[in-house]
Amino acid sequence: MAEAARLAMARTESVPVPASVPESASGSAPGVAGRWWSARRRERLTQVGFLLPAVLYLGAFFGYPVVKNVVMGFQHYTTATFYTGAAPWVGFANYLAVTGSAVFGRAVLNTVLFTVGSIAGQFTIGLAIAVFFHRRFPLGGMLRSLLLLPWLIPLIVSSAVWRWILDEDNGVLNRSLGGAHLPWLTSTSLALLAVVLVNIWIGIPFNTTILYGGLQDIPQELYEAAAMDGATGLRAFRYVTWPLLRPVVTVVLVLGVVYTLKVLDIILGLTNAGPANATQTLATQSYQLSFQRFDFGQGAALGNILIVVSLLFAVGYLRASRRAVQS
Amino acid sequence: MTRAVAGRGAVAGRGGVERRGWGATAVGVLLLAVMLFPVYWMVNVSLQPSGSAVATPWIPLHLSLHGYATALTQQGGHLLTSLLVAAGSVVFSLLVATPAAYALAHFRVRGAGVVLFGTLLSQMVPAIVVANALYGAYAVLGLLNSVPGLILADSTAGIPFAILIIRAFLGAIPVEVVEAARVDGAGQIRAFVSIVLPMSRNALVTAALFTFLCTWSDFLFALTLTTTEAVRPVTLGLFQYLGSYVSDWSSVMATAVLASIPAVVLLLVAQRYVSAGVTGGAVK
Repeated sequence: MAEAARLAMARTESVPVPASVPESASGSAPGVAGRWWSARRRERLTQVGFLLPAVLYLGAFFGYPVVKNVVMGFQHYTTATFYTGAAPWVGFANYLAVTGSAVFGRAVLNTVLFTVGSIAGQFTIGLAIAVFFHRRFPLGGMLRSLLLLPWLIPLIVSSAVWRWILDEDNGVLNRSLGGAHLPWLTSTSLALLAVVLVNIWIGIPFNTTILYGGLQDIPQELYEAAAMDGATGLRAFRYVTWPLLRPVVTVVLVLGVVYTLKVLDIILGLTNAGPANATQTLATQSYQLSFQRFDFGQGAALGNILIVVSLLFAVGYLRASRRAVQS
Repeated sequence: MTRAVAGRGAVAGRGGVERRGWGATAVGVLLLAVMLFPVYWMVNVSLQPSGSAVATPWIPLHLSLHGYATALTQQGGHLLTSLLVAAGSVVFSLLVATPAAYALAHFRVRGAGVVLFGTLLSQMVPAIVVANALYGAYAVLGLLNSVPGLILADSTAGIPFAILIIRAFLGAIPVEVVEAARVDGAGQIRAFVSIVLPMSRNALVTAALFTFLCTWSDFLFALTLTTTEAVRPVTLGLFQYLGSYVSDWSSVMATAVLASIPAVVLLLVAQRYVSAGVTGGAVK
């Protein structure tokens, strides 16, 4: 790197100096050593310049919001704040109000059920489909890629479609069930299950694609060796596929959890967090506190709780991906 | 890349990779039919004369474009807004992410590790948290109900993803290629523009496609950072259909079909970039 920089510098000396060159480069520093140093400095500045826009953006659109949310969590921050600029300090009052509310327990339970249910379904079915596609067959590649469609269309589109499919009176699901009148989205006992089922449908393609990639990376020779030892079929899966797929599995699961924790679109589109908070999660509750009740302080407090949960999984993700890189 | 090679090696190696026959294809088609049924149903309902209270027929026997007519009249402007915001976000995301990805892959700048870590962490920040803080800031800056405001906010999905996927790709470009250009007198920036960028076309296309799709699908920022009809993406337009009692499902589904066009086009036209994007963004 340094060698290249010096050579580049040697070349530029013979050509006219560009107008934008800093003064130190063209003048004051005498001698080869000085010029060499300033060239390095210019090089460094250019390198930092490559990173700068991204750093500024990440700071403004991730750093600032996170810090601001921590501060807002301790403030009485409402619509009035936008007019008066006053956001009185209230200590932990927002956190107490949020965690003490009747909805909180329900939201925590729903978040856990929604996340665990979605991930379990997506992963199991996704893995089964990945294993199915792992062995080649005519048109397999094309079918596998078309399978991605549910994951690529906007979440709000999916929820609109499923709203009509799950409709109590005219939905095609109830009609297929022999004219049953199951109130999928309007009963407090079925709504969460329905939302989980829709989210499983959305997440299967992602799980299939990543796990399929992981399966492709397992050397065929290992299966041949295992077959010689008598391990085929399920035993081969248990002793060859599963151990070698583990790093990918960890990544898929942790990414899935992190994505699922913050899902809002599907729930708002399907049930609007109802009926009677039956599908209320931490994310939807945070949205409603801020943007429907305009208590941004409480919304921020709940958002911060969500971040802490996500961060715990982020740590898991980073450790998992490091292990995936090492292996 | 290694994946493709490994796959091919396994096939060429011997007849050992058991191939399934057309029976497996039949199972695959059945599987796909089940998985894509909701998509079919969306198209079916959108083509019905009036998908209202009566049960929708299994196939659109009486083709009607009335749903699309209504959708285009009511949501045409929203579709254009979505297009504008998504295109703007792609340009902005790539402008910000590509140089950073290059720097992270090839320079030994102090703090590069921190930037990379921050990029990974940023993907864990829920959008609702970002929206919660941005709302106040946007109100002060006059960015609520504006296209630039949405472009900036929507890029929170595009930029970290683009940095990660482009960086993973650029890491594979040999340092010598860039250094050769430098020796020939090209400055850092010229080497980047005339050597690195053309070589990384595939990564740029993948990042652009996924940024477009993410932004086009954005719902939360549209919901929180717009308050009037002035700037309204189609996702929010669709949500508002759902907000009230829906009496005309064929218009709703026609809007849904129109909002799905980018995903379908991407899948059919840019297939090879899609899998690269899904796997690359997640594992690398």
